[in-house]
Amino acid sequence: MKLYNISLGNLSRRKSKVLFLVMGLVIGISTVVTLLSISKAMTLDIEERLNQFGANIVMIPRSDHLSLSYGGVSLGGVDYQVKEFEQARLSEIRAIKNAKNIGVVAPKVLGQVDLMGRGAMLMGVVFEEEMVLKTWWQTQAGGFPRTLEELLVGSYVAQVLKLEPGQEIQLGGQTFKVAGILKSTGGSEDHAIISHMEKAQAVLNKPGKVTLVEIAAFCQGCPINELTLQIAEKFPNAKVTAMKQAVMSKMQSIELFRSFSLGVSVMVIFIGALLVLVTMMGSVKERTREIGIFRAIGFRKGHVMQIILLEAVVLGVVGGFAGVAVGNALAWLVIPLVMKGTGFAGIDGYLGLASIVLSVALSLAASFYPAIKASNLDPSDALRVL
Amino acid sequence: MLIDTNHFIEIRNLSKQYETGSLAVQAIDHMDFHIDDQEFVTIMGQSGSGKSTLLSTLGALNRPSSGQVLVDSLDVYALSTEQRADFRSEYIGFIFQSFQLIPYLTVFENVKLPMSVTRIKNQEQDRMATEVIKRVGLTEKAFRLPDQLSGGEQERVAIARAIVNKPPIILADEPTGNLDSSTAHDIMALLQSLNADGHTIIVVTHNQQMSAYAKRTIHVSDGRCV
Repeated sequence: MKLYNISLGNLSRRKSKVLFLVMGLVIGISTVVTLLSISKAMTLDIEERLNQFGANIVMIPRSDHLSLSYGGVSLGGVDYQVKEFEQARLSEIRAIKNAKNIGVVAPKVLGQVDLMGRGAMLMGVVFEEEMVLKTWWQTQAGGFPRTLEELLVGSYVAQVLKLEPGQEIQLGGQTFKVAGILKSTGGSEDHAIISHMEKAQAVLNKPGKVTLVEIAAFCQGCPINELTLQIAEKFPNAKVTAMKQAVMSKMQSIELFRSFSLGVSVMVIFIGALLVLVTMMGSVKERTREIGIFRAIGFRKGHVMQIILLEAVVLGVVGGFAGVAVGNALAWLVIPLVMKGTGFAGIDGYLGLASIVLSVALSLAASFYPAIKASNLDPSDALRVL
Repeated sequence: MLIDTNHFIEIRNLSKQYETGSLAVQAIDHMDFHIDDQEFVTIMGQSGSGKSTLLSTLGALNRPSSGQVLVDSLDVYALSTEQRADFRSEYIGFIFQSFQLIPYLTVFENVKLPMSVTRIKNQEQDRMATEVIKRVGLTEKAFRLPDQLSGGEQERVAIARAIVNKPPIILADEPTGNLDSSTAHDIMALLQSLNADGHTIIVVTHNQQMSAYAKRTIHVSDGRCV
């Protein structure tokens, strides 16, 4: 016979009270799990959207160039010293402290070429990276380049020079085939001829050089400024700019929801704890006679406390497991309803474990005062109710 | 604190006063008596005479207003609260009025209850509990719950629980109060046989017939020995 036999025996006898206590814990814990799961799904969703949105960090060579453009209208400028990056060094971007937050690294080489007697912008890209970043790129005719000799033409360039898929063009003495015409994006690519990086570097006579790098970073829990600083440290001659507005506004909305979730969770947990406290107090009062007997037959105050706190631990564990199960089930049901196109991200092991620990801690904290009260019962007073 | 005494249990100038609202009730009034080792004593008195208060004070449950309770040369109320709990575990076996068994524990578990706060190993607990359950004649009903037993059987469980730790003193508060006459005599005979085994038995009763089983009777009236 051990003290836990008494705790378990009492719990099995008071099934309705146990159910009531467990329900209190389940409501508290499942609320926390549901809200945090929704918050996690929101973050993942925004990360995904952010990826679709494109780059959120741009790295260009630092120069003394004074920009003379506004709203897409360029008045020209003077480049005193244009520097470019060595493509081979770009792997260092993935060696920064927050490298795990780096999604896509899309380098580009830019330069002017002569095409059919007119000046045009040639942009060399790594198509594998670029297509991940520019998910909105579509062709209005033809397809995307498959071989090194194929290229993509911006819609405005195609319109002005009357280019069509399959047509061969000469750039820097090399022959290329137009694979497709890019659908208008309203961006710079409408005015560009886009080829494979190696070919563009050869045509522009910039072998191994890169003019700018677009980077997509996941920003859950990573301050974008930190990332830009870490990249800038690796490339002292680069100007690393974060497109903060887009990221900040998204993250702010997540933070707002997180704060709301936290507030609701704290309130629900407080109510749950109060429920446990009141029920445990009632239980101790009901068990005065029993506690009197325990004390009379030689139980110390500590033994009485152990019995009650052990019950609290059992309730906490059961409530925790049930709360995690109910919370995840609710999140699975609710997330697709409140966030179209987004599903439940799956059971988070750490959140589950933390919730069970929280449930036990909550149950113990709420039972501590009743346990002290029970252990301090004067045995003669307790036995007077016999 | 050890005190020199010639008796196993000695009550010295014991008083207990209760405050009930503005009223002060003198439950025990300057009482002196002693009980020797292996004695069987009944404490008799009318309802409200202070006999139950005396029993709980003897059992280290109820601190007196003044005076001393010496057991085995030990000043019981000079001990701390937790030391008194250990003292009860080691020295005292209580048999309460109305049995007072734990309803959600089986007979076997109820009997083992006092051993749950000792260092006795589970296997040894089982052996000791089996032995005392056999002694009180409830082997067949060892795994029943208290509410599945008759009054007499519940009283036997209460006795088994009181003796399982082999305490030298057994205190019984009206152990036959809720039993029919035949069962009451069986219970008193059982207590008598426990006394023969070496337990000091102190029984509070108001039943004259039950006192016949004891070697000595202490009469109490208005909180005094008469």
